[in-house]
Amino acid sequence: MTGFSPGFQGRPRPQSDRLPPGQYLVEDFPVLSAGPTPRVDLARWQFTITNETGRQYAWSWPQLMSLPQERPHVDIHCVTRWSKLDTRWQGVSLDSLLENVETQAEYALISSYGGYTTNLPLEDLMDGRAWIVHTYDGQDLHPEHGGPARLLVPHLYFWKSAKWVKGIRLLDQDELGFWEAAGYHAYGDPWREQRYQDD
Amino acid sequence: MRWQPAELVATRTESASARTLVLRVPGWPGHRPGQHLDVRLTAPDGYHAERSYSLAAPADGDHIEITVQRVRDGEVSGYLVDVFPVGAFLEVRGPVGGWFVWTPETGGAAVLIAGGSGIVPLAAMLRARRKAVTANPFRLLYSVRTPEDLLYADELAELRRAALTPAADPIGEVCYRGDPESDENIDLFLAYTRTAPPGDPRPPGRLTRTEIARLALPPSPAVACYVCGPTAFVEFAADALVSAGHAPAMIRTERFGPTGG
Repeated sequence: MTGFSPGFQGRPRPQSDRLPPGQYLVEDFPVLSAGPTPRVDLARWQFTITNETGRQYAWSWPQLMSLPQERPHVDIHCVTRWSKLDTRWQGVSLDSLLENVETQAEYALISSYGGYTTNLPLEDLMDGRAWIVHTYDGQDLHPEHGGPARLLVPHLYFWKSAKWVKGIRLLDQDELGFWEAAGYHAYGDPWREQRYQDD
Repeated sequence: MRWQPAELVATRTESASARTLVLRVPGWPGHRPGQHLDVRLTAPDGYHAERSYSLAAPADGDHIEITVQRVRDGEVSGYLVDVFPVGAFLEVRGPVGGWFVWTPETGGAAVLIAGGSGIVPLAAMLRARRKAVTANPFRLLYSVRTPEDLLYADELAELRRAALTPAADPIGEVCYRGDPESDENIDLFLAYTRTAPPGDPRPPGRLTRTEIARLALPPSPAVACYVCGPTAFVEFAADALVSAGHAPAMIRTERFGPTGG
């Protein structure tokens, strides 16, 4: 054996230092979801944060839209290896939503319309690193991509950026979400290539 | 998860643009139908390219199969379909994925809907189902552009011959109906979107909502649906299943993006 994959040259090496290990760049916007795309009625849409004591904070769609709007301009990285640079979104920072939430919790479990869940440390939702976004590239966020609103946490693999976001439970103990319980990494840092459980 | 060397021991040409690779992976732990693996290629300068591929068949000891469809400008697929020689090695790790799976032990009746190369993980389920001692009904709806693009054509033809009497269903479309008394309670429906083979009474065209509603098993908590293909196809088919009354929680999807290479 003289080495793996004889004759493989690969593409010209990407020069970007914005590409995490094992990723390649795409220009389009691939879709990954585990089930059918839920259709969510804006009139009944609600986003809630539930703290560790069970106290609930809720926002209707008009209430979300009346909060200060930010325009994150970020790179995103999917665990299936595509990365997309310079994506442009609009939405509300989780800092605004968490501002008046009383909590000592360290973990968050995100849930979605359609039943999807994903977990991450609460601190990863803070300090300008996470948003509830409703607009992509100047347009209403398409249902395939998580519209009417999705979580955006671009510093983690994109499965953490739950589509069709519905609520966040704040927890004292970490609780695994959908892909995390199916063998994917509990944290999912693309720069440390944390794809699967033991990475 | 550890990278392991895998030797290419055999290949099968499935179509002008798809090749099945039979890999020998010493110590392969086995996998469930529908799971995938990661493949890693290494260039002479040490550059790596990694991609995920669905496993196409149940494991046979330390032999596993993937079917690779060449993607336009694909960095990895072009190499795997056209260059990678028998006797050479690459690296794999897996199996990966615990959601888009069907197993004879836990699985009941299933509706499989494939668009193009989305047939690959569904073929693994179908093959496991045929090997298993079970009479759980299976329905496979396979949308494919032309007869030349059909993957596993011989096996699907054999499946039809073995079990079934080709029969026109009441609406007049070709449907291969399994014998419910036998192990082969498997129906296969082929929807050619661009060119149909001579004699196919179904005019070429996309799979329709009506066809999906009629040919899938009736909605039930015991019927799982698996949809795999390009995004637009999966969106359409999953939505059609929901409209036909299948609970969203019983519909599992996997999408092959136009990119990936």
